[in-house]
Amino acid sequence: MAVSVSLTVNGKSVSREVEPRTLLVEFLREDLGLTGTHVGCDTSQCGACVVHVDGKSVKACTMLAARAEGASVLTIEGLAPSPEDLHPMQAAFRDNHGLQCGFCTPGMIMSAVDLLQHNADPSEQDVREWLEGNICRCTGYHNIVKAVLDAAGRMRGQQQAAE
Amino acid sequence: MADDGIGASITRKEDRRFLVGRGTYTDDINRPHQTYAAFVRSPHAHAGIRGIDTSAAENAPGVLAVLTGKDLADDGIGDLICGWLIHSRDGEPMKVGEYAVLAKDTVRFVGHHVAVVVAETLIEARDAAELVDVDYDVRPACVATATATADGQPQVHPEAPNNRAFDWELGDKAATDAAFENAHHVTKIDIVNNRLIPNAMEPRAAIGEYDFGTEDYTLYTTSQNPHVARLVLTAFVGIGAEHNLRVIAPDVGGGFGSKINIYPEETVCLWASKKVSRPVKWTGDRSEAFMADTHGRDHVTTAELALDADGKMLGLRVHSYANIGAHLALFASVTPTYLHGTLFSGQYVLPAIYINLEAVYTHTAPVDAYRGAGRPETAYIVERIAEVAARELGMDPAEFRRRNFIQPDQFPYQTPVALTYDTGDYPTILDRALAMSDYDSFPQRRAESEANGKLRGIGLSCYIEACGIAPSAVVGSLGAGVGLWESAKIRFNATGNVLVYTGAHSHGQGHETTFAQVISSHLGIPVDHVEIVHGDTEKTQMGMGTYGSRSLAVGGSAIVKAADKIVAKGTKIAAHLLEASEADIEFKDGAFTVAGTDRSKTIQEIAFAAYVPHNYPEDLEPGLEESAFYDPANFTYPAGTHICEVEVDPETGVVEIVNFTAVDDFGTVVNPMIVEGQVHGGIAQGVGQAMMENCVYDEDGALITGSYMDYCMPRAQDFPGFKVATTETPCPHNPLGVKGCGEAGAIAAPPAVMNAITDAIGTDMQMPATPLRVWQALQAKAPAMAAE
Repeated sequence: MAVSVSLTVNGKSVSREVEPRTLLVEFLREDLGLTGTHVGCDTSQCGACVVHVDGKSVKACTMLAARAEGASVLTIEGLAPSPEDLHPMQAAFRDNHGLQCGFCTPGMIMSAVDLLQHNADPSEQDVREWLEGNICRCTGYHNIVKAVLDAAGRMRGQQQAAE
Repeated sequence: MADDGIGASITRKEDRRFLVGRGTYTDDINRPHQTYAAFVRSPHAHAGIRGIDTSAAENAPGVLAVLTGKDLADDGIGDLICGWLIHSRDGEPMKVGEYAVLAKDTVRFVGHHVAVVVAETLIEARDAAELVDVDYDVRPACVATATATADGQPQVHPEAPNNRAFDWELGDKAATDAAFENAHHVTKIDIVNNRLIPNAMEPRAAIGEYDFGTEDYTLYTTSQNPHVARLVLTAFVGIGAEHNLRVIAPDVGGGFGSKINIYPEETVCLWASKKVSRPVKWTGDRSEAFMADTHGRDHVTTAELALDADGKMLGLRVHSYANIGAHLALFASVTPTYLHGTLFSGQYVLPAIYINLEAVYTHTAPVDAYRGAGRPETAYIVERIAEVAARELGMDPAEFRRRNFIQPDQFPYQTPVALTYDTGDYPTILDRALAMSDYDSFPQRRAESEANGKLRGIGLSCYIEACGIAPSAVVGSLGAGVGLWESAKIRFNATGNVLVYTGAHSHGQGHETTFAQVISSHLGIPVDHVEIVHGDTEKTQMGMGTYGSRSLAVGGSAIVKAADKIVAKGTKIAAHLLEASEADIEFKDGAFTVAGTDRSKTIQEIAFAAYVPHNYPEDLEPGLEESAFYDPANFTYPAGTHICEVEVDPETGVVEIVNFTAVDDFGTVVNPMIVEGQVHGGIAQGVGQAMMENCVYDEDGALITGSYMDYCMPRAQDFPGFKVATTETPCPHNPLGVKGCGEAGAIAAPPAVMNAITDAIGTDMQMPATPLRVWQALQAKAPAMAAE
């Protein structure tokens, strides 16, 4: 038995037949080949699979693909404004050495981007609390926190420039 | 000269692919006609297997094969191995129990691999795995480390009576006993070094692929050491021959030691790919990682320190049990012996040392190297007992350490436990750390905390480690099954850019950047024109992989050796083109120049001439490509002082780290930004061990901490920012002067944190210092205080 699901992923319309128990993260990785979204646990704890669904950060291992019917999903592959450029959050992670093995990075970045949608000028403590649902084993979080604060500054700067 | 060479904090070349979601981890790879494997694992810690009924699974939708240990044996596939032969103090070789790829007639830990289902889809494989009916004869299990050797305990392997794999010693027992007889004071402590689960964020995965046309195997796997995997899987396990197996370890999402071992899963994927004539893929889920990745630490120790009236250390006597789990994994025997016992002199003049360590089998997952591998266990003993001794003597812990330091003019320093430290300056490190942590004004901060109803403590850790493993002849004499050199090949392209092939493997350490910086400094090629190739046995020459903070010290040194050969050949070509004598050619900043003139050829021009040799020395081969193998002369000895300051809420037992300072001497630093990142990550893992992480099995051997709901992983809000700095005494015996930085934090942090917490609460306790346990320690102390 399969169900059909139609949604927008990184701005493109997609339709597929999937098993009802298919998770959104499996759908993205296996059906669409978008392997930037990772699976690091099986209890919705690690956050390696965070994507945006209709603008909000969601753990894609905790949502059935069928539940995303009609939704707009943004993954790490769709975050940058162009193939050449990086999103300010991606650039800040690079410039502040906010990644090592890179496995938690996509989820960490997608989660951090959503933080700045809620709070454009977070404190260090705000960042640390927001990232509670994203586990990194490499960085000790020090440079991730630095990167997010740096990105917040860059994005506020962009915002002011645009106004 | 480009400004991206040694010493520059340039951003990482490898980052872009990870940032845009284009990394290629093993699970991101899919092969045409691929099938999926799901493992049937034992729910029991110890049981006999009376029979396995695979019929229902075989008939389930999509199933291609259901395979058991009997099928492996029928195909002549051998057991997995431990790579280091340790001898007990009575001269007997260690007792090696069966390490079957799939269990034969006995299961020995929860998660033990019993059978595998190969099916068209992952869901079909998993569904069918649940239909495999294993008839278990459940038996009592031996679980606890300290009692595993007691009479009457369930036996793990018939080859190892009383579950003792080996009973090892190092040092001079008689001299140490004598030191204790003459001691003014003896400090004694009992220590539990808690068992940890490594938890690299990428779960292990493998794809095995057999090609019936070429009769070759390919393995995609999450490995820190793909060449070693190829060697073990072919020469020992018996899957093909070394030249018929290609092992690819693509992007690997962290290792921390847990991806050194050669595991059953990748072995099965390779073997099964031939059975089903299609690629077989397995991706572990986190539950499988908790159960069946190699674990770390798990020592139970009694240690005694003999001191004279001036607070000088006279002798150290240590007895430990080390739990190695159900099987001896690849590095399991060297981790608690030569990577552990040889560091007991710490940073100190400690004239007599004796360690006796009993390695015990238990019905738990195999225990192997985990970030630091043996050295954190040593540092924890030495730095905890140093702190307790200082307190007992009424001395300032910093002053007590300073009094016992090996002095800078004493190098090279021969310790009583085999190693010769090459260089160091411990007082300078300590002074810097004390200044950065405002150590002198701590009493004021403590008083302020007390006024707020809080307890404040400060703790030091002056650790040493031995890295850059290791001189091959030395490790061979101690039982290693391989040499521990490293290799490099530098290939110039005709247009002047460079490929560097390394036998080391990067899984987060940033080699693609730091190794390119070495090329920039030594050959004058900008980092952007250098590509580092690693992780594929078909692309790179034999190499030993990455662990033990060895990649730059050993692998980087091989790159320098190869670069020297490039310069030597380039000099010949330049002399010909510039019509000068070779002796007059100088190489600097990427250019060959006739000394004292402005006549010069860039190295790119020389590379072009080497590939288009129209005007070229008569007796010289074309091409510009050189290889080198580097076998280190000694270990390297990074050392440092970490200082932790905590505030404890006595009402709740909650500990807040308010300051963490790390000053480390890693020798020459190639990329300060990357080194700081390595230190941060190491500290986080060390703090995790000290305050949060604990692998718990119940008395029946059931894994209680089998998910992130039960095993407490450090999160962003558990830390303050870290203050880190480096001092520099270059390593005198490798061409880069580097020592290694990857494990320091995990070695240094646990004793610093526990010294701080016990200082705050005024009583001793074991790791992890969770709020409950801190509160309990305070309650246990309270009646004693009331009685005083």
